Amino acid sequence: MADLRNDFVGIKSPNPFWLASAPPTDKEYNVVRAFRAGWGGVVWKTLGEDGPPVVNVNGPRYGAIYGADRRLLGLNNIELITDRPLQVNLDEIKSVKRAWPDRALVVSLMVPCTEEAWKAILARVEDTGADGVELNFGCPHGMSERGMGSAVGQVPEYIEMVTRWCKANTRMPVIVKLTPNITDIRLASRAAHKGGADAVSLINTVNSITSVDLDLMCPEPTIDGKGTHGGYCGPAVKPIALNMVAEIARDPETRGLPISGIGGVTTWKDAAEFMALGAGNVQVCTAAMTYGFKIVQEMISGLGDWMDRKGFSTLSDFTGRAVPNVTDWQYLNLNYVTKAQIDQEACIKCGRCYAACEDTSHQAIGMTPDRRFVVKDEECVACNLCVDVCPVEGCITMRRLAPGEVDARTGKPVPAEYGNWTMHPNNPGTCAAE
Amino acid sequence: MANTQLTPGVVSGRLAPEAYRDNFADKAPPLTAHEAAIAADRCYFCHDAPCVTACPTSIDIPLFIREIATGAPRAAARTILDQNILGGMCARVCPTEQLCEVVCVREVAEGRPVEIGRLQRYATDTLMAEGAHPFTRAEPTGRRVAVVGAGPAGLACAHRLAMKGHAVDLFDAKPKAGGLNEYGIAAYKTVNDFAQAEVEWLLGIGGIAVHNGKALGRDISLDGLRSDYDAVFLAIGLGGVNALRAEGEEKSHVRDAVDFIAELRQAEDLSSIAVGRNVVVIGGGMTAVDAAVQSKLLGAETVTIVYRRGREAMGASEEEQHLASSKGVRIVTGAAPLRILGEGAVEAVEFAYTKETEAGLDLTGETFRLKADQVFKAIGQSLEGAPEGLALSGRKIAVTGPGRTSLAGVWAGGDCAQGGDDLTVTAVAEGRDAAEDIHATLMGEG
Ligand SMILES: Cc1cc2nc3c(=O)[nH]c(=O)nc-3n(C[C@H](O)[C@H](O)[C@H](O)COP(=O)(O)OP(=O)(O)OC[C@H]3O[C@@H](n4cnc5c(N)ncnc54)[C@H](O)[C@@H]3O)c2cc1C
Ligand SMILES: Cc1cc2nc3c(=O)[nH]c(=O)nc-3n(C[C@H](O)[C@H](O)[C@H](O)COP(=O)(O)O)c2cc1C
Ligand code: SF4
Ligand code: SF4
Ligand code: SF4
Repeated sequence: MADLRNDFVGIKSPNPFWLASAPPTDKEYNVVRAFRAGWGGVVWKTLGEDGPPVVNVNGPRYGAIYGADRRLLGLNNIELITDRPLQVNLDEIKSVKRAWPDRALVVSLMVPCTEEAWKAILARVEDTGADGVELNFGCPHGMSERGMGSAVGQVPEYIEMVTRWCKANTRMPVIVKLTPNITDIRLASRAAHKGGADAVSLINTVNSITSVDLDLMCPEPTIDGKGTHGGYCGPAVKPIALNMVAEIARDPETRGLPISGIGGVTTWKDAAEFMALGAGNVQVCTAAMTYGFKIVQEMISGLGDWMDRKGFSTLSDFTGRAVPNVTDWQYLNLNYVTKAQIDQEACIKCGRCYAACEDTSHQAIGMTPDRRFVVKDEECVACNLCVDVCPVEGCITMRRLAPGEVDARTGKPVPAEYGNWTMHPNNPGTCAAE
Repeated sequence: MANTQLTPGVVSGRLAPEAYRDNFADKAPPLTAHEAAIAADRCYFCHDAPCVTACPTSIDIPLFIREIATGAPRAAARTILDQNILGGMCARVCPTEQLCEVVCVREVAEGRPVEIGRLQRYATDTLMAEGAHPFTRAEPTGRRVAVVGAGPAGLACAHRLAMKGHAVDLFDAKPKAGGLNEYGIAAYKTVNDFAQAEVEWLLGIGGIAVHNGKALGRDISLDGLRSDYDAVFLAIGLGGVNALRAEGEEKSHVRDAVDFIAELRQAEDLSSIAVGRNVVVIGGGMTAVDAAVQSKLLGAETVTIVYRRGREAMGASEEEQHLASSKGVRIVTGAAPLRILGEGAVEAVEFAYTKETEAGLDLTGETFRLKADQVFKAIGQSLEGAPEGLALSGRKIAVTGPGRTSLAGVWAGGDCAQGGDDLTVTAVAEGRDAAEDIHATLMGEG
C-alpha cells in the first residue's frame, strides 16, 4: 500500500488532505471530528486581532450554483473571519494540538497592516504549539473593505512587506495564502517569495455574484433586499486554481517554492491533479461543507489505490510530474494531427455531437436517416467539442494520424517532425527557411 | 351478511369501502416538483430526438423537458399543448413503453428511459391547475364546421378549428363528451373525473357548441350536416363489438367488456358494481386487460384472460401484461372458446388449445374448462353506424392524407378512420391534422 505521509515545509501529516481555513475549522468541536474522520491537517479558521470579534451577517451567507440533480458545483459566501473571541480560539488550538500531535495544525491570520499587529498575534499563536501560520491575503469580501484580505493580496508590495514582518517575528513556517482576484498570480507569489515565505497556498475565493433573485431584483444571498459580491469556491473554481498553481510551479523566479493547492478539491483525483501540477499537498473546504468530513476516507483510499496501480510508493514520486508538460501555446506541436472517431457500439444516438458540430463548429459530423453519426475527416479540425458534449464517456475519441498519413482536411501528409508556431511560415516573426 | 371475494355469483360490494379507494387510486401518481426536477435532468436534449419522431402528435419533448428543468413548467405545458391539446390525458394513458419512451436514447443505453409521460403530466397538471385556457381564438372566419363524436379525435379537431376562428358544433350520441376518455379508459389511469375536467378546460377556447345526446343516423344525418355546414368531421370511434361466435354466448353474465368498463367508469360508487367470483375475459388487447384488472380490483376471487394466440401477439403491451399479472390476473394464451356452459347463467367456459398453421389458427383436439360466473368479451371493437355513401377501407372509413374521405367536404379521423393505431394520442393527431386541412381548404376557397 502506498505511503501517503506528507511533509509540507516541515509540517508533517499522515496524509496530504488538509481542511482549508473556513467554517469546518472554526472550533475545536469541528476540528476534532475532522481528525477523527481522518483528515491529515487543518488550517484553523482565520483569526483577527484581539478585541471585540468581527460580526457576521445574520441572514443567509451562502449562494450556490447547481448541476444536474442539484449537485452543488459552486458555492459563494459572504462570511468574514472567525467571529469568536481570540483567546477562545487560541485555547482550543492549544488543546487540539496537544491531543492530536500527529496532525498538522496551521493557524490562519488576518490583522491590520502594521508590523505591531502581526507581531502581537504571532507571539500568541506560537504559544499554542501550532505547526505554522497561513497569512490570509485572500478574502475578497468584507475584510477587504477594511484594508485586509485581498486588499493586501492584490498589492505585491504589501504581500512582500507583511510576509517579511512575519518571518522576522516568528520561528514558525509562514504560508502565504493568495487571492485569485488579480490578473497575474505570479506577481503575488514572487512577492511572497521575496518576503521570505516558506510556501504559498492558493486559491482563496473568487469574486462573484452567484445569482439574482428575480422577484426582489437583488443579488443572492439576499440580506434585507440587498446583496454584495462574495467569494466563489467549489468544483467550479478548480480549473482557475489549477492554472494558477501551474503558473507558479513553472515560474523560474519561484521555482521550488512549496505550494499548498486549494480550490475545488472534491475527490482524490482532484488532489492528484493539483499535486501533479506541483502542489505539495491540498486543502479542502467546499467538498467537506457539502458532504461532511467522511469524504476524506474516499480521498485516502482513492489516492492510495491509484498510486498502487501506478507504482508510486510515496507522494513525491508524482508531485510536480506534470509541470514540465505545461507550456506556452506557441510551443504546441502543430504537426500533431488528430481526428474525432465515434465508437458506433457505444453511441446511443442522441445527436448532441451532431448539433454541436453542425451549429457551432465545423460541420464535420454526418447524420444518416437511421441516426448513424459519422465524422467527416475532411472537415474535422479535431476541436474536441463533440467529445466534450457526448454523454457517453469514451464514445468519441481522438485518433492521431500517423506521420505520412494524409490529412483529409488539408490534403497534405502529416509531417513526422515537431513543428510549432514559432517555426510556422504564417508567423510574421518567423524567418521561413527558403 | 356482507359479500366477500368468496361469495358465489355476480354480486356487488365484495370489498371493504377503503379497499375500493386504494385499489382505484392513481396508477402513476403525479411527480412532485422535486421528482420532476430530477427526472427532467436526465434528458439529454437530443438533436432530432427519436422520442419526438415516436410521438404520434410530435410533441417537442426535449424542449418541454428542458422547460421543466429550468423551472418553467407552464411554458412546457404550452409546448405540449401546441401539438396535443389532450396532452394531459395522453400523459396518463399513452402506452409510452411502446411510443416515446421505448426509443428514448436512455432506454436504449441503460434500459431506463426518461419518464416522458410523467413529466408531461407534471407540466400539463401545473398549467391546468391554474384554470386559465392558454390559447386564444383567431378572428371569426364566418365558417361553420360540424364535428361528430366528442372523443379525442373530435375534441382535438374542434379545438384546432375554434382556434382558427371557425364556429364548431360538436355532436355526440352519449350524454357526456370525452368518448372513451370518459367511458373507456381504465379508472385508475384517470382519477378524479379528469376526463370531464379536461373537456371543460379544452372548451375554454370558446367557439365550440357541444350537443350531447345527438346521434348521427338518428337525430342528425350526414346529408343534413353537409348542407348546413361548410365542412364535416366524423370521429365516431368504434361503437360496435365483435361477436364471439361461441355456443352459449347468449347466457346471462356474458357481456361485452366495453359495456362493463363504461358502467364502472360512470359509477358514483364502485361498491355498487357487481362482479363475478370467477371471471373469464376473452381477448388480448388493452380492453381485455382493463376489464380483467378492474374485475380483480372490484374483488373477484379469480380472473383469467384467455387469448387465442401467443403472448407476443397480444395487443396489450408487455407493461400492461405485467400490470395484470401483478394484480393477480392469470393470462392463458393459445386457447379459443368453444362453448359457454351453464343453466341460464354462465357456469364455465370450455376452451380448445390452438395451433398456428400455414392456413391460420387451428383448434387442436385438446380442451379444458374454466369455472366462470361472469365472462367478458373483449375481442375487438368495430365501426358501427358509418353513414351510407362513404367509401370504406377494410372495416374503417377510407381516408387519404389528413383524413379526407371519399365525400367532398367530409373528413374523418380517430378509431373510425383507416390508418394509425387505435390510441388516444393517434386520435388526437388525426383530429388536429384534419382541422388544419379543413382550415386550409375553407380559407383557400374564400
Ligand atoms: C377499454 C379501452 C381502454 C383503452 N385504453 C387506452 C389506453 O390506455 N391508452 C390509449 O392510448 N388508448 C386506449 N384505448 C383506445 C382509445 O380510447 C381510442 O383509441 C380513442 O378513444 C379513439 O378516439 P376517437 O375519438 O376516435 O373515438 P372515441 O373515443 O371512441 O369517441 C367516439 C365518440 O363518438 C361518439 N359516437 C359514436 N357514434 C356516434 C354517432 N353515430 N353519432 C354521434 N356520436 C357518435 C361516441 O359516443 C364517442 O363519444 C382504449 C380503448 C378501450 C376501448
Ligand atoms: C464559508 C467560507 C468561509 C471561508 N473563510 C475563510 C477564511 O476565514 N480564511 C481563509 O483563508 N479562507 C476562507 N475561505 C476560503 C477557503 O479556505 C478556500 O480557500 C476556498 O473555499 C477554496 O477551496 P474549496 O473550493 O475547496 O472550497 C472560506 C470559504 C468559505 C466557503
Ligand atoms: S454525442 Fe455521443 S452518443 Fe450522442 S450521437 Fe454523438 S457520438 Fe453518439
Ligand atoms: S403524447 Fe404520449 S406518446 Fe406523445 S410524448 Fe406524450 S406521452 Fe409520449
Ligand atoms: S430521447 Fe430521451 S433523452 Fe433524448 S430528448 Fe427524448 S427524452 Fe430526452
